[in-house]
Amino acid sequence: MSNWLKVCPLEDIPRLGSRVVNNGDIDIAVFRNAVDEVFAVDDRCPHKGGPLSQGIVFDRRVACPLHGTTIHLDTGEAAAPDKGCTHKYRVRVDKGDVYLNLG
Amino acid sequence: MTHTTKLKKTRLTVIGNGMAGIRTLEELLKLAPDMYDITVFGAEPHGNYNRILLSPVLAGEMTIKDIMLNDVDWYAQNGITLHLGKKIAQIDRVRRKVIAVDGTETDYDRLLLATGSNPVMLPVPGNDLPGVIAYRDIKDTDEMIEAAAHYRHAVVIGGGLLGLEAANGLKLRGMDVTVVHLMPWLMERQLDRTAAGLLQKSLEAKGLKFLLGKQTVGLIAGESGRVCAIKLKPALSNVEGDGETLPADLVVMAVGIRPSTELAEAAGLHCNRGVVVNDTLQTYDPRIYAVGECVSHRGIAYGLVAPLFEQAKVCANHLAQFGISRYTGSVTSTKLKVTGIDLFSAGDFIGGEGAEEIVLSDPAGGVYKKLVIKDDKIVGGVLYGDTTDGSWYFQLLRNGQNIRELRNHLMFGQNHLGNAGHQGRSSAADLPDDFEVCGCNGVCKGTIVKSIKEQGLFTLEDVRKHTRASSSCGSCTGLVEQILSSVVGGAYAPQDASKKPMCGCTEYTHEDVRRAIRKHRLLSIPETMRFMEWKTPNGCPSCRPALNYYLMCAFPHEVQDDPRSRFINERVHANIQKDGSYSVLPRMYGGVTTPAELRRIADVAEKYRVPAVKVTGGQRIGLLGVKKDELPGIWRDLGMPSGHAYGKALRTVKTCVGSEWCRFGVQDSTALGILLEKTFERMWTPHKTKLAVSGCPRNCAEATIKDVGIVGVDSGWEIYIAGNGGIKAEVCEFLVKVGTQQEVLEYAGAFMQLYREEAHYLDRTVHFVQRAGLDHVKRRIVEDAAGRRALYARLLDALSVEKDPWAERVAGVEAREFSTIRFFDKHETKEKDNEQLAESLSA
Repeated sequence: MSNWLKVCPLEDIPRLGSRVVNNGDIDIAVFRNAVDEVFAVDDRCPHKGGPLSQGIVFDRRVACPLHGTTIHLDTGEAAAPDKGCTHKYRVRVDKGDVYLNLG
Repeated sequence: MTHTTKLKKTRLTVIGNGMAGIRTLEELLKLAPDMYDITVFGAEPHGNYNRILLSPVLAGEMTIKDIMLNDVDWYAQNGITLHLGKKIAQIDRVRRKVIAVDGTETDYDRLLLATGSNPVMLPVPGNDLPGVIAYRDIKDTDEMIEAAAHYRHAVVIGGGLLGLEAANGLKLRGMDVTVVHLMPWLMERQLDRTAAGLLQKSLEAKGLKFLLGKQTVGLIAGESGRVCAIKLKPALSNVEGDGETLPADLVVMAVGIRPSTELAEAAGLHCNRGVVVNDTLQTYDPRIYAVGECVSHRGIAYGLVAPLFEQAKVCANHLAQFGISRYTGSVTSTKLKVTGIDLFSAGDFIGGEGAEEIVLSDPAGGVYKKLVIKDDKIVGGVLYGDTTDGSWYFQLLRNGQNIRELRNHLMFGQNHLGNAGHQGRSSAADLPDDFEVCGCNGVCKGTIVKSIKEQGLFTLEDVRKHTRASSSCGSCTGLVEQILSSVVGGAYAPQDASKKPMCGCTEYTHEDVRRAIRKHRLLSIPETMRFMEWKTPNGCPSCRPALNYYLMCAFPHEVQDDPRSRFINERVHANIQKDGSYSVLPRMYGGVTTPAELRRIADVAEKYRVPAVKVTGGQRIGLLGVKKDELPGIWRDLGMPSGHAYGKALRTVKTCVGSEWCRFGVQDSTALGILLEKTFERMWTPHKTKLAVSGCPRNCAEATIKDVGIVGVDSGWEIYIAGNGGIKAEVCEFLVKVGTQQEVLEYAGAFMQLYREEAHYLDRTVHFVQRAGLDHVKRRIVEDAAGRRALYARLLDALSVEKDPWAERVAGVEAREFSTIRFFDKHETKEKDNEQLAESLSA
């Protein structure tokens, strides 16, 4: 028993892509970038609530699919000049599996 | 902490803390933030401010605080050593150091000269009296404001741009102002006589006085020692005593500027009315670069801001050792920043041999427009009273675009009548601050003006980024450009589209990239980025979809589509809606359906509780509000192919009923529409592509506002291209008339392939044809039969590899895309006492 939830094998998230994880309550977007870093944030853009999981991933950022607000995945902050922040979760990869901490 | 030896960074020293020097540093920091140890010397005691906005400060419309571009904190944040109020006395090129008047010394490996220019002071007796000043910096501006509070009579010498702005400001501050000008009309370097006359009239209405054709003989001191009068004579007279005297408590000389080259000359650098630089902004000493008003490039010294910014960009590129851009000179435009006066001038506005003029003159209405044309290209122009189309003309001028096709309506401007979203207004000057300029993002004029002033914005891209205005549909771009140029004046120059890099990730243009992909047979996005030396690790949302399209278009058999470089809609083959749900639009060829199809659609809508069912504008039926995870099931149950309503692809082929049923119809438009749609479905294009076929010239399918429109006539089919019914209504151009359905397929297909191969990503056909020219399209499609057949064959070949994306996904392609990972035991996993264990795992 731990706060760390096993999400899926890293292989199940495409490079520069994402998966949506639902905890029965909210959607969380889990991203994998080109160098296999993983990030997890609330799947809601601070601008107008767009599903960030559906955006284009580049470097350590994602562009919201609705109006293009760019979010820094490592902080959850919107890139300037936009303002706002989406909640960020701890996430890690262990032996090829992705774990998410909702604590 | 491990101890590492700190490598000494290369030292870059900048002389001059003005707009050109600091802009170069900003561009450099973007490219190579850690490359240099930077030191800046500024003679003025301020940070970098927006010099072109001194006029509004003088006029009392803005304050010094408003016009600061980089305050002292900015230098500190970027690790730049700043020496304010320190004038450099000497450059020692042998020991590579600069020495300030107060003795401060700094070494350099690279030196950037940005010393700007000095105002010219007329060599007349009394030019050094108290109360006689130039108009150049904050100090001069303060002195004028001070004088306006205590004295009455001001004389401005010089009726150019700067002089008139000074005069206007002093008048607004309550002084009695006379402008003395040597030439017979105002702003003779920007305006012809007629426009200058109109300008003089409206300035006179504001209370300014003018003495034209007068030369200053001397300035006379009063009892206090301060200037009290100015002596003039007619410019063409040699007779002494043939003059007049005017009272003057303040004399502002605005008779021109001279590049400040004393330092460079003393250091032995080659100067010729400016520090001479090559196309990389390098001086004759390879360690020394120079930008801005102090520079002479190909024999020209620029005094406006827009060219300085272009120079800054190129210079930064070379300082960062990228070495791939060149400055080849600028075409400049001028806008007078006097509130209530609309004036625009660019290029060669006088004309002369071999030039033609188109003139619209309405002196009573206060409007005058003149365009000078040479060899079917605009070479210059003057607009007075109505500058709405200044940016457009300037762009045509800079791009050297052939205007033969536009000629008969050129003077009436870009047709704004079709634009939607800003109440049909097309002139920004008289709009109130609360006017909603951008209807997509709800941005008002006041917000845009405020951002431009406070954030120091100069380009359309900057305004889009900071305000979102004009960043969605783009129909208000003209208005935003006008607002921008009314605030920053000549500093705003629309970018030359033909030289514009694809995006911030590269210096290369769309054409450069497409050419390289074809020539070097680049087959993937990473390969292209490596080959073209992309500046970012994996591009951005702007270049990745474009590259994906260019690659697939060039090598349809070899290139693998990259779903991660597609916008969401094309990745999941459905249209995302504002709430994150999707729409499903199956294809209905030519808008024809059957009872069985309708029954299936109804069954699906009920089974999946689809919230809305709507007949679309493209003659099909849409299911709205579908959850992403349910898409594959819905596609399976529908058993219909994708309508590509979500893609930059062939959308619908709209048809009228045609000769099968219609009593007026002369051709079977429905049958041709179905044939076109079945032939070209699944075709990816730079932007969405819409077709229509009408069975007679009554044109019930509205074919003449489509990307390709076909109109049936008794003897065959007329083919129209490059229309648009969207953001800006554009009527098609006629391409050709043909006899048979097969010919329609070949001509229309060849045109679409030409568009696929030559347009920029996100250009609609109308933009493509405007850029390439209708002549070019006709040559390739109508006149060159072999070329047309080859284009058509390439399109059919590309289409042969495309499969129905819905059927593929029903069969399991990209299955993970459509499945959410679900946990329902959240309470169990949120227990607090597990936190410590979690911490240890994550350590």
